[in-house]
Amino acid sequence: MNISLRVSSTWRARTALIVLLALILGALLVPALAPTDPRAIGDALALRFNPPLTFDVERHFHLLGTDGFGRDLFTRMMLAARVSLLVGLAGALLAGVVGIGVGASAAWLGGWIDRVAMAVSDALLAIPRLVLLLVCASLWPPGVVMVVVVLMATGWMGVARLVRAEVLGVRAHAYVESARALGARPQRVLWRHLLPNALGPAIVAITLGVGSAILLESGLSFLGLGIQPPQPSWGNMIADGRDAIVVAPWVALAPGLALIATVVACSFLGDELGRTGNR
Amino acid sequence: MRLLVRRLLDSAVLLWLVLTFTFLLLRAAPGDPAALLIPPSATAADAARARAELGLDRPLVVQYARWARDILKGDLGQSFVQRRPVAQLLAGALPVSLGLGLSSLALTFLIGMAVGAVQAARRDTATDTVLTVLTTSVYAAPSYWLALALVACFTYGAARWRFPAVLRLPAFGIHDPAGTSSGFGAAVDVLRHAILPVATLTAIGAAGIARYTRTIAVNLLRADFVRTARAKGVPGVTIYTRHVLSNALPPLVVLFALALPGVLAGSVFVEVVFAWPGMGRLMVTAIFARDYPVVMGAAALYAALVILANLAGDLALPILDPRRRA
Repeated sequence: MNISLRVSSTWRARTALIVLLALILGALLVPALAPTDPRAIGDALALRFNPPLTFDVERHFHLLGTDGFGRDLFTRMMLAARVSLLVGLAGALLAGVVGIGVGASAAWLGGWIDRVAMAVSDALLAIPRLVLLLVCASLWPPGVVMVVVVLMATGWMGVARLVRAEVLGVRAHAYVESARALGARPQRVLWRHLLPNALGPAIVAITLGVGSAILLESGLSFLGLGIQPPQPSWGNMIADGRDAIVVAPWVALAPGLALIATVVACSFLGDELGRTGNR
Repeated sequence: MRLLVRRLLDSAVLLWLVLTFTFLLLRAAPGDPAALLIPPSATAADAARARAELGLDRPLVVQYARWARDILKGDLGQSFVQRRPVAQLLAGALPVSLGLGLSSLALTFLIGMAVGAVQAARRDTATDTVLTVLTTSVYAAPSYWLALALVACFTYGAARWRFPAVLRLPAFGIHDPAGTSSGFGAAVDVLRHAILPVATLTAIGAAGIARYTRTIAVNLLRADFVRTARAKGVPGVTIYTRHVLSNALPPLVVLFALALPGVLAGSVFVEVVFAWPGMGRLMVTAIFARDYPVVMGAAALYAALVILANLAGDLALPILDPRRRA
């Protein structure tokens, strides 16, 4: 893809790609290779709340210290990265697919379908996304699937508006008219001519959406309405550390650093994609 | 004038759609809506009576009509847990959230615009790069994480690094339970309790506004009319106030309206972490208590605030931007 080549040439995009790759590798390898099981609870009283960069009584080194059950924070953080990254990616991608579908059909079919789709998206946009997520999370039982579905249901509106505007704009171009004049069927015009040319802004929005989906998932999990322990996610790890914030602040603060790094990387990547797309 | 009426009508329709959506969502949820709308502790006989009272045994259209009538009367239902009208609970929590939100929104814009202006003036220097990395990171930080970091700093850190008494800011609650309840002392107490929550919300908001301000100001500083002004010898300060600021304000006012939902959502977490009795905490507590009338009422009120803010932004735009006066 020439987009990815052009993107990797700026320092922001390079940093973002390196951070994301390191996180993915860490998420895959660290929990598998760790000397201690990140899920198992050993001698909690002796091992708990080890500060970062210290050895515990069993002579295991802890890069980020241990939590209230004596588990290694860094290993757990990387285990949580699996869930957090997957949920964010899946939520944003699915929301993007729904948004592209709704936006393209609204612009293409027009009439009452367009009006209804845009009214629904306006109404949903009027509710802050977190509030919408909270309402849904309160109605359906918590878990990974619920979080992904709710992220999809509350995240498609922005992409739908973008794609609708793009399709309407592209439709006015001469090559679309020529394709029609040459006898191309409507579906072919939509798939071959309109969508490929209208997708650029949607891809940028989806990339930026990954970051906000990860943030929202962590928020729900922090409140106890998202990913449920013992399955670690960055949000519920921060919630775990909240009670110990006065004695061992690193338990709550360390997972947040991974979260911030991921979201910054996603926004750098999205910005750069947007910039190269606009050239 | 016609524009005003049209925008008011649009907003009213939108609010009605949102309210209808909360009505439908409650009925689309798995299980019997009666189970959601009737206290879990009710006996079978109580449940049957309540079901008839709430009209849940009637067709959906009838339920909708009843619900609409109640809404128009300002009746949002009764909280199961607190046994008080939802409207009354929300009225108690709203001032806390609004106070928190509006004071941080004002600070957000002051600080954010200042940082963005500094970045634009020193663009592509080390100062600019450092501020860009800083604002991007703070903007990406979840509000509850930033809140906890501040709590850690003023509890764990205050003990460890021996902060002086003035700097030992309270990290929980809206006032000191043992303190005076009225007068100057109480006001100072609330202000001291407000510093950390407001700082959390302001930091995240200001980081976002700084990024926008930088982009807008950099583009304006490159504009032809700024170059002309420079060439004819207009002093730097006048360029910034007359030419850059007056052109940057309209898009920032739109942003002001768009920033409100983010601040409100952020305040949900900040209220939870700092134990402030606002709407966000009311809503989260209600979710855990399965107190659905309160959950839906709070969601509707949040939506109403966002719609109002957008309306206000739209109406303020022509005042600031002569080109929009039709």
